[in-house]
Amino acid sequence: MSASRTAPVQRGETASTRAKPANQAVRIGAEPSALTRRLILGIIGAIFLIPVIAMIEFTFRNGLAGDYTVSHWTGLFSEDSARTYRGLYQAIGNSLVLAAVTVGIVLLLLLPTMVLVHMQLPRLKRTLEFICIIPITVPAIVLVVGLAPVYSVVVKVLGGSTWTLAFAYGITVLPYAYRAIQSNLDAIPVKTLSEAASTLGAGWMTVLWTILLPNLRRGVLAASFISIAVVLGEFTIASLLNRRNLQTALLQVSQSDPWVAVIFALFALALAFVLLLIIGRLGSATLSRRKS
Amino acid sequence: MTTTLTESRTTTAPTTGATVHLSAVVKAFAGHTALNSIDLEVAPGELVALLGPSGCGKTTALRSISGLESIDSGRILIDGEDVAETPTNKRDIGMVFQAYSLFPHMTVLENVEFGLKMRKVAATRRRERALETLDMVGLTKHRDRFAHQLSGGQQQRVALARALVTRPRVLLLDEPLSALDAKVRVQLREEIRRIQTELGITTVFVTHDQEEALAVADRVAVMRDGRIEQIGTPEELYATPANAFVADFVGLSNRMPAELIDGTVTLHGCSLNLLGASMPDGPVLALVRPEDMFLAADGIAGTVISSSFLGSLRRTRVRLFDGTVVAIQHEVERHPLPGEAVSVRLKGAPVSALPPKHKK
Amino acid sequence: MSLATAPAPEQDGVEHSARHHPRVALVKPSNRRRRLAYAGLTPFAAYVLIFLALPTILAVVTGFFSDDGTLTFDNVTGLFTPTIIATFGSSFWLSGVSAVIGAVVGALICYAMLGTRVGGVLRTIIESAASVLAQFGGVMLAFAFIATIGVQGLVTVILRDTFGVDIFADGVWLYQVPGLVLPYVYFQVPLMVITFLPALTALRPQWAEASATLGGTRFAYWRHIAAPVVAPAFLGSLLLLFANAFSSFATAAALISQGSQIVPLQIRAALVSETVLGRENMAGALALGMIVVMVVVMWAYSVLQSRTSRWQR
Repeated sequence: MSASRTAPVQRGETASTRAKPANQAVRIGAEPSALTRRLILGIIGAIFLIPVIAMIEFTFRNGLAGDYTVSHWTGLFSEDSARTYRGLYQAIGNSLVLAAVTVGIVLLLLLPTMVLVHMQLPRLKRTLEFICIIPITVPAIVLVVGLAPVYSVVVKVLGGSTWTLAFAYGITVLPYAYRAIQSNLDAIPVKTLSEAASTLGAGWMTVLWTILLPNLRRGVLAASFISIAVVLGEFTIASLLNRRNLQTALLQVSQSDPWVAVIFALFALALAFVLLLIIGRLGSATLSRRKS
Repeated sequence: MTTTLTESRTTTAPTTGATVHLSAVVKAFAGHTALNSIDLEVAPGELVALLGPSGCGKTTALRSISGLESIDSGRILIDGEDVAETPTNKRDIGMVFQAYSLFPHMTVLENVEFGLKMRKVAATRRRERALETLDMVGLTKHRDRFAHQLSGGQQQRVALARALVTRPRVLLLDEPLSALDAKVRVQLREEIRRIQTELGITTVFVTHDQEEALAVADRVAVMRDGRIEQIGTPEELYATPANAFVADFVGLSNRMPAELIDGTVTLHGCSLNLLGASMPDGPVLALVRPEDMFLAADGIAGTVISSSFLGSLRRTRVRLFDGTVVAIQHEVERHPLPGEAVSVRLKGAPVSALPPKHKK
Repeated sequence: MSLATAPAPEQDGVEHSARHHPRVALVKPSNRRRRLAYAGLTPFAAYVLIFLALPTILAVVTGFFSDDGTLTFDNVTGLFTPTIIATFGSSFWLSGVSAVIGAVVGALICYAMLGTRVGGVLRTIIESAASVLAQFGGVMLAFAFIATIGVQGLVTVILRDTFGVDIFADGVWLYQVPGLVLPYVYFQVPLMVITFLPALTALRPQWAEASATLGGTRFAYWRHIAAPVVAPAFLGSLLLLFANAFSSFATAAALISQGSQIVPLQIRAALVSETVLGRENMAGALALGMIVVMVVVMWAYSVLQSRTSRWQR
C-alpha cells in the first residue's frame, strides 16, 4: 500500500463524503441497489398489471364498435339484472356455501386432528404431514377421475345438493390449510405451555380450550381465508362433475355476456387479494409479536 | 461481578501488527449520531476493547474500521494509510462476528481456507496453512464437519481461525463471545488472548461485558452515546475513573447519599477525595466500591440482609440505618447471618460521585 | 415427551403431582387416554380414506379394467400410441418452458426484494399479490389473456393499430399450446416468489460481510457462497413449478375448447366422451400416467432436499 494514497485530512473528508453519502450503508452482500430494485419490480409489476388493466378496459367496451360505455357496469344495478343474471347469482351462492362448508371441514376435521397429533401422538406427525401433502402430487384433474364414481354413491346417500362438493374441496385445500395451522403450532411452545398448565392442575381439555386454541387463532384464520380463496377459484372438479359454482358459471356467462363475466372475475380477484392481504398482515403480526 | 485483575498482561510478543488510527470519525444514521467524533490510536500488537452499553456506537466504530460501514467525516488510518477509499475486501483485516457467520455449505476446513482462496493461494499451500491455523484453535479433528454439527464455542473458534489464516494486519472482534455460555465464554476469551499475544496481531474487541473487557484488553475504551468517555488500562479505569459513568459502568459500585463540601465528598463523617471532574458543592450520590468498605467493631450501623460465598471472598448486603443498601466485600472467614446487626466502615479510598437525582 | 406416555420417575412436573397425590395413578388413565387419542383420529382418517385414498385408487385402477369389468392392459398400452405420447410431449414442453421462465423471472423478483423489511408494506403487498396470482390460474386468467392478447385484446389492438405489428400474422396461437405459455407464466412467477423468497432471504448478512473481510469481491460472494447455498432451493422450486404446470387444468380448459393438446385436456375428453381412441376407461390410464410423472417429479424433489440436508439443519 503506497503512502501516496494517504490523503490530507481535508481531502480525505470530502472524498469519503462524496463517495458514500451519509446514511447509506456500504453495499456488501446480495442486496440490489435501490435503483436496481425499483427497475426490476417496476418493469415486472407493470407487465403483470397489463392483463388486469386489459380486463378493466374490456368491461367498458361497447361491443366491437370500438367506443366505450358504462352500460355493462350500470346494467349490474338495473332492476332486471337479478333476473338476467339469476344463474350467476345462484352460482355465487353455491360457491359461498361451498366455501363455508369447506372451512367447516378444516375446522372440525383437520384442526382437531392436528392438535391431537401434535399433543398426544407426536410420532404420527410425519404421517399426517405426508397425507396432507398428497393432494399436490394427486392433482384435481386426476382426483376427479376417481371422484366421479365416489360421488355417484354420495349423491345416493346425501342427495345431489351443492354442498356435498365441499368434501372434495376439503381435500384440495388440505396442503394449504395444513401449512397455515402447522406453522402456527410450531411457533407456540405447546409442550411447555401444557406442562406449565398441568403442574398448575389443569386437565387436558382445559389446556386445549384455554391455552392452545387462543394461541392458534392466527393460524386458524389464515387456514380459513386461504381455503375460501381456493374454493372461490375452483373450476376443475365442479366442471367435470357437472356442478355449478362461480367459475363454471362465469365460463358459461362469458359465452353470452363476456363483459359481465369479466366484471365478476375482477370482483373475485379483488376479494381474493383482500383475503390474502389479511393473511399477510396476520403472518407479520405473529412475527413481530414473536420478536418482541 | 468479580474485580480480580491478576491476569498477566505482558505484551512481550513480536509486534508484527499494524497501527490503527481513528481521528475525528463521525457517523450518523437517520437522525441518530452513532459516532460523535471518535479519536482512537491502537499500537501494533495491542488489544483494545471498546466497551459500552448497547447503542453506544462501539459496533459502528468497529464496522467503520472494517469498511462494512462508511463514515461521514474524519479519517481512519491502518498502518498509516487512509482507508477511506479502500473497500472491505482490500483492507487486509480479519473479523469475527457475534454468531452464525460460518458458511453453512462448507466444511470447517473449507471455511478456514476461504480467505486464502480469495488471495489465490495454491491449493496445497492453502490446505497446509488452514490446518496449521485450525490446530491453533484445537479443532483439527473436526475439519470435515459442517457448522451445524459444531457447538457455539466451536463455531466461534473456527470463525477465529478463518479470520486469522490470512495473517491480517488487524483483527476485529464484534462481540464474539456474547452468544456463548458463561463457562465457554471465559475459556474462549483466554484462548483469544493467548493466540492474539502469540501472533502479535493488532486487535480491536467490542463487548458490552465489562468483566470481559477488563480481563483480556491491554487498554479499554469506555463508550457512551457515540463518544469515548475514557481510555486506559483496566487498572486505570477501575482505580481512577474519569467520571461517574465510567465508575458506574466498570466494576460494581454502591450508591450512597453524601455531601460535597469544598470539592471533598463527606460520607458518614468520612472525608473522601473526589475522582474525575469537579462538581458544584451540595448533595451527591457517592459511588463506593464494595472492597473499599469493611465490617468493623464500630462505625455505621446496619443490618445484614444476605451474604454470599464467592470462592476467594464473600459479599454481604447490609441495610444501613438510613435505609441505603450496600454490598461489602470481605474475607470468607467472617460469616454474617441475615438479621445480624453489624457496623460498616469506609477504607477512605477516593470515590466518584453522581448528581443526587441520577437514575441509571 | 407426550402426556400420553407413562411418566418415568425423573421426568417433568406431571409425576410430581402424582407423587404428592399418590391416589392419582397416572399410568392407567394415560393408556386409556392414548387409546382415546387414536379413536379421535377416526373421523379425519375416514374422511381422507373416502375422499382422497379411494378416488386416487379408483382413478388408477379403472385404467386396468375394460368397460365390462374385465382386467385389461389395453388402456395402459394405449398410453403408448403416438397421439397420447405427443400429448404428454406437449405437456412436458409447456410445463418445462413455463417453469423455467417462471423460475428465472420469479427469482429476479426475489432478488429485488432482498433487503426489504419483513412485514413491511412493500413485502406484504408483493407477498399477498403473489398468493392471489398463484391461485389465479383458471377461468379468470383465461378472460384476462383474451382481453389482453385475444384477437381484439388491448395489447393486440395497440400493437396492430399503433405499431403495425400483427401478433397473429401466422394464425391465432392463443388458443393453441404455445398460447398457454404466457398465461401459465402469469401464475408460475408468483408461485416462484412464494416458494423461493424464504430461501433467498435466509442468506445471512454475516456471510456477505465475512466474505468481504476475507478478501472476497461481490462476485466471489455470489459464486462461492450465495449461489451454492440457494441452488438446492432454486432447483426444488423449479420442480414444484413444473409439477404445478403439468397438473394445471382450468386455464387450458377455458382457453382451448376444441382438441386435447395436453394431458389434462385429454382426461377431460375421456371423461366427457367416455371413449378416446375407441377405448373405454382411458381416463384412468391417463390419470395413472400423470400420477407416475408427478411421483417422479416429487421424488426428485425429495432427493434434492435430502442431499442438501447434509449441511442444512
